[in-house]
Amino acid sequence: MNNSSHSTDTGSRPEATGSRAAVTVYVPRDSAARSVGADEVAQALQHAAARGDFALDVVRNGSRGMLWLEPMIEVVTPRGRVGYGPVALEDVDALLAAGLLDGADHPLRLGIVDELPWLARQNRVTFARVGVTDPLSTEDYEAHGGLAGLRAALARDPADVVAEVTASGLRGRGGAGFPAGIKWKTVLDCADELKFVCCNADEGDSGTFADRMVMEGDPFMLIEGMTIAAHAVGASEGYFYIRSEYPVAIATMRRAIAIAREHGWLGKGVLGSSLDFDLHVRVGAGAYICGEETSMLESLEGKRGMVRAKPPIPAIEGLFGKPTVVNNVLTLATVPVVLAEGAKAYQDLGVERSRGTQVFQLGGNIAHGGIVETAFGITLRELIEEYGGGTHSGRPVRTAQVGGPLGAYLPESMFDLPMDYEAFAAAGAMVGHGGIVVFDDTVDMAAQARFAMEFCAEESCGKCTPCRVGSVRGAEVIDKIVAGTHRDENLALLEDLCDLMTEGSLCAMGGLTPLPVRSALTHFPDDFLGGRRLLEIHPVRATEGTA
Amino acid sequence: MTTSGSDVTVESVVRRVVARHRGERGALLPVLHAVQAELGHVPQEAVPLLAEELNLSRADVHGVVTFYHDFRREPAGRTTVRICRAEACQALGADRLVTYTREAGLTLGETSADGSVTVEQVFCLGNCALGPSVEANGRLYGRVGPARLGAILNGTVS
Repeated sequence: MNNSSHSTDTGSRPEATGSRAAVTVYVPRDSAARSVGADEVAQALQHAAARGDFALDVVRNGSRGMLWLEPMIEVVTPRGRVGYGPVALEDVDALLAAGLLDGADHPLRLGIVDELPWLARQNRVTFARVGVTDPLSTEDYEAHGGLAGLRAALARDPADVVAEVTASGLRGRGGAGFPAGIKWKTVLDCADELKFVCCNADEGDSGTFADRMVMEGDPFMLIEGMTIAAHAVGASEGYFYIRSEYPVAIATMRRAIAIAREHGWLGKGVLGSSLDFDLHVRVGAGAYICGEETSMLESLEGKRGMVRAKPPIPAIEGLFGKPTVVNNVLTLATVPVVLAEGAKAYQDLGVERSRGTQVFQLGGNIAHGGIVETAFGITLRELIEEYGGGTHSGRPVRTAQVGGPLGAYLPESMFDLPMDYEAFAAAGAMVGHGGIVVFDDTVDMAAQARFAMEFCAEESCGKCTPCRVGSVRGAEVIDKIVAGTHRDENLALLEDLCDLMTEGSLCAMGGLTPLPVRSALTHFPDDFLGGRRLLEIHPVRATEGTA
Repeated sequence: MTTSGSDVTVESVVRRVVARHRGERGALLPVLHAVQAELGHVPQEAVPLLAEELNLSRADVHGVVTFYHDFRREPAGRTTVRICRAEACQALGADRLVTYTREAGLTLGETSADGSVTVEQVFCLGNCALGPSVEANGRLYGRVGPARLGAILNGTVS
């Protein structure tokens, strides 16, 4: 975190460019953009302005989600925002000399960003502002429709707000897809004085980064969603549980909360209403299991992140035993638009029982990775081939894992499946949170199956035996199968073990680990033929050695 | 443990940190993060102090410190490098980075003998479209190949 938030340049207005007003240049502050040099590009632009060579203001925006083009900078021109990318530090001087500030031609020029087909084809609802605005500017936020949802909600009775969310069909985006309105109704109906709203921002699944991008790119939206939830259920305190691997998201949310308090968007009498509500950020500590909601609640209470048995459900006995709404980042981020535009408008998007839009995240070995927000029902093939442009390596796609480490590996022959909760469930897979990790034909599926078991062994909270012991045995059995030792018996044993883990585990960690394992076995049986040693993917105990 | 004048003894740090978080509900995690931020790790002698200050048993505190990967019980090297080994980075050859580390004489989860670098694995840094990803001293790097990792480990990239 070495970068100040919304850094407008303070340099002089140079004579060289005449009396013209400074041109705004957007350079993302998103972690992904920074991981490939956005900070250096922003600094170079600021230096050029400070030297007096060019009249420009740098604004650090979120990312548009076209991550293969990062750092992608945008110049405000009369025709719209013109994008250039990927821009390396060495390109900055040449770009400026070529007329960057007029949106002039250059090999890195992408065109008017809003008209780029990759973006224009999407239906950005939750991500409407991400990458467009300065994430920490309240003026920008309100100018782009911010607070409309909260104002609409505060004008209505809590029960009406809950009814609107229920009618929208909004389902939890964390993976399970539980209807948000029903959860809220349960909390609303509890008589307790003290209730909580918790945002699960422990986005630990590989292949997911949308939560991070929302927190870094549009934090006020999440604060607005939390506040609407608080009004709807009668909560007075809210917590963001953000994983420690996301330092930029943590800093951005903390800053946004402080700004929101200064503006009366949080605290006593939110926006002049009778609602008292405040928010706090809590930081995880490197435990994957804390993405499971009851484990997260334990962690928020300052304990080991051990999964709780349900019932009681958190909506009735949640944080510190009080009624608690626990929703994922994208669920809460979508609440403001539902209230602002009404359940009907949101309902009209999507298919069957999967309403609204889904935020797909393309990652792994993919040429054009990033965020694709679109209505449910798009196929995996459209996502991977049309949006994703195939693999980064240029080799053929062999499989994609959908829905995180606990999601199924699907073969290319199943890529025409429409992406909706029910169609995927029927095919033995899950949409989950919409994370898609692509692998090329060099992948060893037995190694991936083994990794699923090892990851479970490493990250299990240890409370229930099927998960704690089953995962260790699972890795051993896969080793034996691949080595060709009593192959048929061990395959039967693995099946049995998967059944036991699925049926007997306390939560999704042990319960869904068989999904990647079984899908790898079903769709790629040849990889499990005997007589060889596996790639070594052996997690070591990170807590012990160094530590 | 009453070294006069010094405010960096474990005891003074623990008491100061706890005082700062006194009003928070279930404050142990924020307290542990703050202790580690000041001391670089959570030393064993902090455990009974935390237990006393927060009215918990030593076993409770020990249990929490050891449950979470983030809390170190010994200091790390001057540079901490974390290599992502989750699926999205695996798909782009994260294992090559692990092999490189091994060949450079470093062991995942351990600190080099000269105390310069600690290399760890991590499961997902949220940079899944620009992997393989590596984090060094809190800074994220995307599209990292073995050569770049070498520069990061040597501290020539920072």
